[in-house]
Amino acid sequence: MTVGLKAYGAYIPRLRLSRKAIAEANAWFNPAVMGLAKGERAICNWDEDSLTMAVEAARDCLTSARLDKGSTSSVTGVTFASTTLPFDDRQNAGIVAVALNLDESIVTMDFAGSQRAGTSGVLNSLRNAANGDSLFVTADKRRTQTSGPQELQFGDAAAAFTVGSDDLIAEYLGGSQLSIDFVDHYRGSDSKYDYNWEERWIRDEGYFKIAPRAIRAAMEDTGIDIDSVDHFIMPTLIRGVPQKIADAAGIASETVRDNLQAQVGHAGTAHPLLMLVDCLQDANPGQTIVVIGWGQGCDVLVFRTTEALLSLSPRQGVKGYLARRKEETNYNRYLSFNNLLDQDRGIRAELDAPTALSALYRNRDMVLGFVGGKCRICGTVQYPKTRACVSPNCGAFNSQDPHPFAEIPATVQSWTADNLTYSPDPPTHFGMVVFDEGGRLMADMTDVSPGEVEVGMPVKMVFRRRGVDDKRGFIKYFWKATPDHTAGENP
Amino acid sequence: MPRGIKDEVAILGMGCSKFGERWDMNAEDLIVEAVEECLNDAGIERSQIDAAWFSTAIEEQHVGKSGVPLAVSLRLPYIPVTRVENYCASGTEAFRGACYAVASGAADIAIAVGVEKLKDTGYGGLPQRMRGAVADMYWPNASAPGSFAQLATAYSAKHGVKADDLKLAMAQVSVKSHENGAKNPKAHLQKEITVETVLNAPMVAEPLGLFDCCGVSDGSAAAIVTTPRIAKSMGKQDIVSVKALQLAVSNGQEASHNSWDGSYFMTTRRAAERAYKEAEIKKPRDEVSMFEVHDCFSVTELVTMEDLYLSEEGTAWRDILDGFYNSDGQIPCQIDGGLKCFGHPIGASGLRMLYEMYLQFQGRAGARQLADPRIGMTHNLGGFPHQNVSSVSIVGRYDA
Repeated sequence: MTVGLKAYGAYIPRLRLSRKAIAEANAWFNPAVMGLAKGERAICNWDEDSLTMAVEAARDCLTSARLDKGSTSSVTGVTFASTTLPFDDRQNAGIVAVALNLDESIVTMDFAGSQRAGTSGVLNSLRNAANGDSLFVTADKRRTQTSGPQELQFGDAAAAFTVGSDDLIAEYLGGSQLSIDFVDHYRGSDSKYDYNWEERWIRDEGYFKIAPRAIRAAMEDTGIDIDSVDHFIMPTLIRGVPQKIADAAGIASETVRDNLQAQVGHAGTAHPLLMLVDCLQDANPGQTIVVIGWGQGCDVLVFRTTEALLSLSPRQGVKGYLARRKEETNYNRYLSFNNLLDQDRGIRAELDAPTALSALYRNRDMVLGFVGGKCRICGTVQYPKTRACVSPNCGAFNSQDPHPFAEIPATVQSWTADNLTYSPDPPTHFGMVVFDEGGRLMADMTDVSPGEVEVGMPVKMVFRRRGVDDKRGFIKYFWKATPDHTAGENP
Repeated sequence: MPRGIKDEVAILGMGCSKFGERWDMNAEDLIVEAVEECLNDAGIERSQIDAAWFSTAIEEQHVGKSGVPLAVSLRLPYIPVTRVENYCASGTEAFRGACYAVASGAADIAIAVGVEKLKDTGYGGLPQRMRGAVADMYWPNASAPGSFAQLATAYSAKHGVKADDLKLAMAQVSVKSHENGAKNPKAHLQKEITVETVLNAPMVAEPLGLFDCCGVSDGSAAAIVTTPRIAKSMGKQDIVSVKALQLAVSNGQEASHNSWDGSYFMTTRRAAERAYKEAEIKKPRDEVSMFEVHDCFSVTELVTMEDLYLSEEGTAWRDILDGFYNSDGQIPCQIDGGLKCFGHPIGASGLRMLYEMYLQFQGRAGARQLADPRIGMTHNLGGFPHQNVSSVSIVGRYDA
C-alpha cells in the first residue's frame, strides 16, 4: 500500500529576535557569540509554547478541512512530537485534539525523548496510515541559558502533516533508522537546559560516521538511484556538514536545502520537518526528497512528490509564516518572556488563580475548542453556549447545538490598551470582537503593537496561553484575537 | 408597571465618613464614623432600628462575609441584618433593601450602611480578584479602566466624534468634578485641576489617563429610612422622600449578542425609563435639579448623560464642554465631587451619592449649596460596560 503525506502546515512565531541584539548584550562575557550575530531567530511571544505552535501549524495544515466544518472527522489520530512539551504528565496531543475540535474516538499520543522524535513520529504515522488519515504535529520552543551560542542558534517553530494512503502530495518511498546512543547533548529530567559536548567531536564521530551509514541503508531500502535525489534535508547547525555528507553519499551538492538558520534558528524536534514543509513549498511534482532526522541515531525518510502537490489548497506554510514577521531588538523582553530574569512583577502579579480541573473538564470544548452554540429555534450564533439562548427575541432553554468559532472571521468593535492590569507584555490589548456569523467575545488580543488596533479592524482567533499558575505548575490555554498579519512585515 | 414606592419612604437621617486613605481606620471604625453621624441626624437610638442592610463588595479585603460585621460594629440588638453585594452598585442595594422594608410595613425604621476598606492591598487601583471558576478561563485580562475605556473607542466610532474632541470633553468631566470636590471637606481629593493636567497625565488604559479615573479610597456612608408619617410624628421638617428606585441587570445580551454597539449602557437606559415612570417625571432635562452619576471614569459619566436621557444621543460631549453640567450649569452633576474626588469605596458609594442629595435638599451643603433643588437623581453602576448592574434612584422634597 502506498502511504505518504496528504497536506502540510507550519507555524513560526511572529517575533524575530535580532541576533545582533543578543550578541551585543552578551559579547562582554562571551566574545565568541559575535561570530553568530547575523540574521534573526524566531521566538515565542510570552503566550506561545510548543503546544500553541502545534495547534497553529495543525490549523494551517487542515486549512480547507477546518473551513468545511465537520470534515476533520476523517482524522483518526493525532501525534505530537516535541522535547519541550508543556506537560510531562497530561497528554499534549490530547489538548491539540480538543483545540482542533476533533472527534474523541481517535488515537492520540505524544512522541518525545529525543530530537529524532520528529522524524520517527512521522515514520510511525506513515506505518499506521493503513488505518486511516492522521495528523502529525511537531514543535519545539527551545530553552537555553543566556550568553551561550545556542541562544543565538536555536529558534521556535512547528510543522504539521496529514498522513494517509490516498490523495498524496508526497509518497513515502521508504527509509532507514539507526539507534545509536551518541550523546551530542542531553537534558536530564531535572534540568531546564541542554548540556552540550564539543562540536568537532559531534561532527567527526557523529554526523560523518552515522549519517552516511543511514543514507546507504535508506537507498537500499527504497532502491532509488542516489543521483535522482532532488532535495536533501539535513537539519544541522554545524557549517559544511550537510554538504560533506551529501558529497560522500553522492548526492548533488545543489540539492542541499537551506537550513532556515538566517530567519528561524534550529527548531529542535520540528526542524527537519519544518525544512520539509519549506521544501514542499518549492518542490515540483515527481521530485525525490531525502529527510534526515538526528538524535541518538539517525532517521532517513525518502519521499517523492506527486501531481497533487500542485492542487493543494493555499496555506501559509513556512513561506507564509516567514513573511509574517516583526523584528524584536529588545533582548530583555526575550529574557523576561522566557523566565530568564528575576523581575519585580508587582503585587498585582501575585494573584493566586488556580484552575478547577473539574470545571475545565466540563467546559473543555468551550475553553480549549472554542465551541459556542447555535440556537435551533432562532438561529442565533453565540458564545459561550448556554442553557438559555441570548437572543432578546428568543431566550429558549436547551435549544443550542455546538457551533465552532475558531475559524470564523471577526472584527473589533471596541478595544483598549491596558497599562494597569498585570501582563507579561504591557500594555495588554483586549476588546469586543464581533464574529461574522454572529456571536461576540470580550477577548484578549495578542501579537499587537501599540497604535495598531482600531475599531473595525479584522481579526482572527489563535490558540494561546492565557496564563500560568506558577504555584501549581498549571498552564491555562484559551483563544485570543490577533490582526491578520499574514500580509507580511507590519508594526 | 407596578405602582412603585413614590413618597412612601422618607430619609430620617444620613451620615458619611470622611473618604480617603484612612490608614488609621479599620472598616469597622469607618462604619461607626458614618453611623454615629447618621443616628444623631435622625435623632434616634440604635434600639429603634428594626432591620439593617449592609453593603460591601470586596469583603475578603476587610470585614469578611455576612451581616455579622455590621451587627458587631454597632452592637445591634439581634435584629435582621442582610448583607448585599451587587458589584459597584452595592451601596444603592442596601438602600433599596431598607426602603422596601419600610414601604412594605415590615419595618418602621431601617438602616442602610455601606463600607469598603480598599487601601489595604499594597498597590493602587482596585484589588485583583478571581472571577469564578469558569469566567476565569475565558474572560480577558482586564482592569476596570480597561473595560470602561472601550466605551470611548466605541462612542467615537459610532458618533464620528474625533478622539481628541472626546478626550477634551472627558477632561472637562474631571475638571468640573474637581472644582466641586475642592469645596467638600469629606472628599478624598480636594484640589482643582486643569484640562492640561488631565490631558497630559500618564495613560492608564487608552484613552483613559490617570485623571480620567476616579480615586481609590476607604469610606462608609449610611441612611436611616422610615415612612413620611413617622418622620413627621418625630417632628421632622423639610422631609426628603424617595421618588423612585430602579435597578436593571444585564442578562448577557451586551456580552454575547450583536445588537449592542458598545457605546452606551443598555441597563442604565432601562433603569432610567422605569425610574422616571415611577417618579412621574416626563421631561428629565427640565425637571431634574441635580444628580450624581457613577463617574468611575470620565467616559462613563459622559455616556451616562445620554443614557439618563438628559443629553441627546451623541451630544453629551457638547453639553459637557458647554458647561451644562457644571455647578452653575442647568443641571449640576457631581456637586459633591463625585467618585472622581471621593474615590470609590464600593459598598459606600451609592449611599454617598444620596448623602449629597439629602444635604442639598436640607440646605446643608455649605459652599456647594444649590438654590432650591427639588428633584435629585443618583446613578450607581457596577460591573463592566458589556455586563453590569445599573441603579437609578430619584429622591426629592416630599412636597415636590
